[in-house]
Amino acid sequence: MAGSDRAAPAPAPDTVKILIAGGFGVGKTTMVGSVSEISPLRTEEPLTAAGLDVDDLAGIEEKRATTVALDFGRITIGRELVLYLFGTPGQQRFWFMWNDLAIGALGAVVLVDVRRPETSFAAIDFFERRGIPFVVGVNGFHGEHPYPAEDIREALALPDHVQVLMFDARERASCRDVLIALIDRLIDAAAGATAS
Amino acid sequence: MTGGDAGGRLVRPFTLTGGRTRPSRADFTLITTVTAVEPQPARAARPQPEHQRILKLCAEPVAVAEVAARLDLPVSVVVILLCDLLEAGRITARPPHSVSRTTPDLDLLQKVRDGLGRL
Repeated sequence: MAGSDRAAPAPAPDTVKILIAGGFGVGKTTMVGSVSEISPLRTEEPLTAAGLDVDDLAGIEEKRATTVALDFGRITIGRELVLYLFGTPGQQRFWFMWNDLAIGALGAVVLVDVRRPETSFAAIDFFERRGIPFVVGVNGFHGEHPYPAEDIREALALPDHVQVLMFDARERASCRDVLIALIDRLIDAAAGATAS
Repeated sequence: MTGGDAGGRLVRPFTLTGGRTRPSRADFTLITTVTAVEPQPARAARPQPEHQRILKLCAEPVAVAEVAARLDLPVSVVVILLCDLLEAGRITARPPHSVSRTTPDLDLLQKVRDGLGRL
């Protein structure tokens, strides 16, 4: 707020975002909360305002589901740069929001629950189709990883260039490493693009 | 959430925008940063209470999604109110970093990586 002297407000920082995707209940908000410098914030959007055609509402069985929630967090990289993490809505019926979210994203982390890997198929497909770079984070519940990464890669039919990382969404350092793996992948791709 | 409450939430926010459901311009994404102009234009009409709340929140630069979450209003409603403030010359808006897959910004990526490394 206003200080004793009337200094101009700080210049607005540059902003970037990363999407945290995956099936419903896979730990997206937990991950956002683990690395965000603020408690995860939530916005709720009325479905009608989010550009949904009336016909699309036919698929929505629950009448009370009139809003879709979006959880997000923030990591200040420096005075001039802020990174936002957006947890994508898990239920498939809210996927129309993903297109808007994906515009301008650096990349994505797709979270996988080893007990229900199939719930993350759709997210993987979404990013592959749109050419949005992503890594897969296997969230070990209670920190346990009963299956090796190669089994999960096979189960999800992941191409070799997609990195699979075992992690724990409750641990800050663990989440940070997954995000760094994504950025490293982007840096490699960028270096390749500028070299060619 | 009860059914009645959900119905109320859907309708009420748009009374703040005078029934408008679409913004007059497309300057705002979720991570567009908005900042109140200091000092505020002297001759402009006195802002509405919701506009005042937004101005208070963006005394320092803040992202559109954060404004919405802190006011507990849908982003679509906040964007309409932000359009009013922008047109009245009360705020400035900075668009997010533009991300290109064909010409990636290596310098930016390195900065993000270094920042994450400090976590």
